[in-house]
Amino acid sequence: MSQSVTHFSQGRLSMFFEGAKDTFPLIVGAIPFGIIFGTLAATAGISFGATIGLSMFVFAGASQFVCVGLVAAGTAWPMIVLTTFVVNLRHMLYGATMVPFYKNLNPLWKIVLSFGLTDETFAVAVSRYSRRDGALDKHYYNLGSMVFMYLNWNLCTIIGLTAGKAFPEISQWGLDFAMPATFIGIVIPYLVSKPMWASVLTAGTVSIMASGLPHKLGLMVAALAGVAAGLAWELFVSVKKEVVQDV
Amino acid sequence: MFDPGIGLSEVYMVAGMALVTFGIRYIMFPLSGRFRFPNLFARGLRYVPPVVLSAIIVPSVLMPDGQALNLKLSNPYLIGALAACVIGGLFKNLLLTIVVSMAVFLGVQWCFALG
Repeated sequence: MSQSVTHFSQGRLSMFFEGAKDTFPLIVGAIPFGIIFGTLAATAGISFGATIGLSMFVFAGASQFVCVGLVAAGTAWPMIVLTTFVVNLRHMLYGATMVPFYKNLNPLWKIVLSFGLTDETFAVAVSRYSRRDGALDKHYYNLGSMVFMYLNWNLCTIIGLTAGKAFPEISQWGLDFAMPATFIGIVIPYLVSKPMWASVLTAGTVSIMASGLPHKLGLMVAALAGVAAGLAWELFVSVKKEVVQDV
Repeated sequence: MFDPGIGLSEVYMVAGMALVTFGIRYIMFPLSGRFRFPNLFARGLRYVPPVVLSAIIVPSVLMPDGQALNLKLSNPYLIGALAACVIGGLFKNLLLTIVVSMAVFLGVQWCFALG
């Protein structure tokens, strides 16, 4: 046991808990969301085992909610899997964003961290990775965020399942507002430049115009329009000194 | 822990969703050594998180029933979201934003449930 080993493991442990700590506000937002998921799944007729399986193995809130809606409507499983693909396609861009940051990690780390690339952990981890402070072991920060998020999500799912059996009216409380509240809180710090404003306003507008498209395709259309608007503003409107800063 | 009532089609559904979701999140890592993203694509990626989240937020707030626009002040999702924007913009504190806007949302919902 050399001193340097102890030093490293302490650094890693503190990075792990720093990641967990910075994810805490998002965890608070996810609590009602997870409880509502468990409650709704039970009322939609998904079995106890399958509901827990969704949170344990899929671990993607938006698509789990869509799944509940589709099961309630009597949709066949292949269609639900296809819809999941469309709803979660945005995570491919999250993975692409993380490629340079995970470059030197071994395959097991890449598998574990990419399994946990939720909206929340991605947002927290990417801002830590982008901070140029030379800190080592940022993957432990990412892992801390992910583990905390994962345990909370699964615990809340079980609480929701149990609560849904005890109080079936809980799904009428409207706690689903927790999701937009959390997401607004995540988006606001990004709004530091005109191209960013242009992209977010465009995405919001298009998401309403394209909301009639089937299989949640409106989400993808709006996202692509938003990115295009941001890039267009960056390229054609902004002068050089106004180039977007990394968040 | 596991409910014996879990059906075979539920097993396929969960397994399929898990594979698809993990595949989407993982695919870029084995591919990344083989090709390089064009510069413009890499710049575009910076817009992805706020843009995707906005595209989820706006319809869920302005069309809470998933069907029609509801821009009335009696829409608790709209009032709650406006509160979140104001608090978030003023204080840049995520936890405060969530807690206050949830309180506003539940308050408005409660008021209109009474009235």
